[in-house]
Amino acid sequence: MSKGKGLPSRVLALGATSAIAEATLRPLAESGASFFLVARNAQKLSAVSDDLLTRGASAVTAYVMDLDDTAAHPAMLEKAAESLGTIDLALLAHGVLGEQADAEASYAAAEAILRTNFMSAVSLITWLANYFEASRQGCLAVISSVAGDRGRKSNYVYGASKGALNVFVDGVRNRIDRSGVHVLTIKPGFVATPMTAHIKPNPLFAQPEQVAKDILGAIRKRKDVIYTPPFWAIIMLILRSVPRSIFKKLNV
Amino acid sequence: MARSDSRPRFESWGRYPEMQAEVVPLHWTADYPLAKPPAAKQLVVGAGRSYGDVCLLENGTLIQTLGMDRLLHFDRETGVLRCEAGVTLAQILDFAVPRGFFLPVTPGTKYVTVGGAIANDIHGKNHHVAGTFGHHVLQFELVRSDGNRILCSPTVNASWFAATIGGMGLTGMIAWAEVKLRPIVSRQIDYHGEKFVGIDEFLTLSRNAKAEYTVAWIDCVATGKNFARGIFMQGEHTKEPGELKKSPQPWLSFPFDLPAVALNRFSMAAFNTVYYHKQFPKQKTAKVDYEPFFYPLDSVLHWNRMYGKNGLLQFQNVLPHASGREGMIEILKAITRSGLASFLAVIKFFGDIPSLGMMSFPQPGIMLALDFPIREEVSFDLLERLAKITLEHGGRMYSAKDARMTAAQYQTFYPQWQEFARYIDPGFDSAFWQRVTGRRPIDE
Repeated sequence: MSKGKGLPSRVLALGATSAIAEATLRPLAESGASFFLVARNAQKLSAVSDDLLTRGASAVTAYVMDLDDTAAHPAMLEKAAESLGTIDLALLAHGVLGEQADAEASYAAAEAILRTNFMSAVSLITWLANYFEASRQGCLAVISSVAGDRGRKSNYVYGASKGALNVFVDGVRNRIDRSGVHVLTIKPGFVATPMTAHIKPNPLFAQPEQVAKDILGAIRKRKDVIYTPPFWAIIMLILRSVPRSIFKKLNV
Repeated sequence: MARSDSRPRFESWGRYPEMQAEVVPLHWTADYPLAKPPAAKQLVVGAGRSYGDVCLLENGTLIQTLGMDRLLHFDRETGVLRCEAGVTLAQILDFAVPRGFFLPVTPGTKYVTVGGAIANDIHGKNHHVAGTFGHHVLQFELVRSDGNRILCSPTVNASWFAATIGGMGLTGMIAWAEVKLRPIVSRQIDYHGEKFVGIDEFLTLSRNAKAEYTVAWIDCVATGKNFARGIFMQGEHTKEPGELKKSPQPWLSFPFDLPAVALNRFSMAAFNTVYYHKQFPKQKTAKVDYEPFFYPLDSVLHWNRMYGKNGLLQFQNVLPHASGREGMIEILKAITRSGLASFLAVIKFFGDIPSLGMMSFPQPGIMLALDFPIREEVSFDLLERLAKITLEHGGRMYSAKDARMTAAQYQTFYPQWQEFARYIDPGFDSAFWQRVTGRRPIDE
């Protein structure tokens, strides 16, 4: 599977221009991995490809597509498997935060968030789970969010998309773990990325590099679920244990 | 101005002056010009490591490029690296040193961006042999606020190249640049340090110096027989093959603002005396790692907090050789008289290589750089005095280090400023440029 310290060497990255994906892929490039990168924006994807190649990637294939287009997933995934030879790691890093206010006002806005964060992931994971199960190896790493742990009034549509994703990925793990496939759920808290640029910075914000380090550590150690940075495990434990009668009165 | 405003604040490294601006992070060159153009003027900024107000714009939009940190191409044969403008020199070193390459020119901190290094046409301890950063930039892409993209090199769009090198970020957004790195075989530097007392000993040492890197630390507190004592430092990349690994991350960070009184005449005098005597013999030769040689202060993140929340003022000038000796003595005397001390004052000969930038600071002569805590009246008066001495001796001051020059002074130092102004992006402005063109008064 690897040359550098238990790290995967043939990597499929979905949403490769996300800040967390980029930070996670760079150390893999330095250890000489090859990549199949998927993202919507061709110019941005080309910058990420160049960066990974310059840092030491042995090969990079860039594939431009909108991952909302689930019908086009199988063709893309077959191309990825063919071009990489074997997929060691599939990293699902695409997603949108969406506008909670819009999603409250219109089903169409809510559906758009669910389609990108959940439905497209279901489509990708369905294919990937079968692929990994058949090849009896590999790692499926899915970037979810702490927001999926409990419905909060300030972002429950985004939260619901991630909560549903958590349950789905849990189930997939329980199904294919026995085939030797590692399934990792990643729950970051606030990360300083373009997606959160409009949120006022607070001391809980982490840098993508820090989150990437946790992700790579979890891949090496074959963890099931991680909170990153790890202190979010405690915050969410507390948040989850607040009685509903009190929680509904809180301004979170 | 109150510091309680909840908007994110962008400070220069000197933390003076304080200004409010909207900060917009830019992660992709493809996202510029912004989809929502700023209502007022904009300025593209990097790491905020310049000291005064060249990277500030009151009530404007600061577009910060630290997210543009991609390496786009590297040629192992020639050492040419193409990267986005938000890449820091520290990130370049992390990449290049294990591959046997080093920066062609580096300032005293590695936490500046490539865009900032170009915009201020930075120099280093090898100015006398390597010129400025701009001499090692093969080409870059400039994006104007109207979306016009201009490829610039010494031969293509040469006037835009010259205006942007040292152009204080005013000519547009630098998207990416190509920089030629230099080969090394080891992290180690062959170091030679020699103590001196008095300006004349410094001048003799400088004239006879053979090394690629030269700089002197000078004690700005000592008077009498110790006046202008210092240590003359020379270094070369060693030719003996050695380790080429990446530097460890610094783990020390200055945790809080020191009360302003902590840095006073006595603590500074004590520091300077200890620093001078740290090296026991008059001469010392050693192999040292490049980190402490080039970046002694980078090992403590946020060291500027040492100066307290008032911040610090920098002064950096160059005087021509003809008047340099007298001018520097006058400056050092003015400093010791003021009672304001400086920690790390450095003095160096600039070489004769003409800068490529229209507004670049270096010119042949003697360069002096120092920092002061900000104390009402005293600090501003002293800086005013130093600017006058610089003017009288035909020298000039460095925009990246300045917060106090008057418009009249600047326009005498840089008489070509009106010619340069024609290249400024109509959507751009900076607090510095407002000040030195007489559109913003210097607060008292």
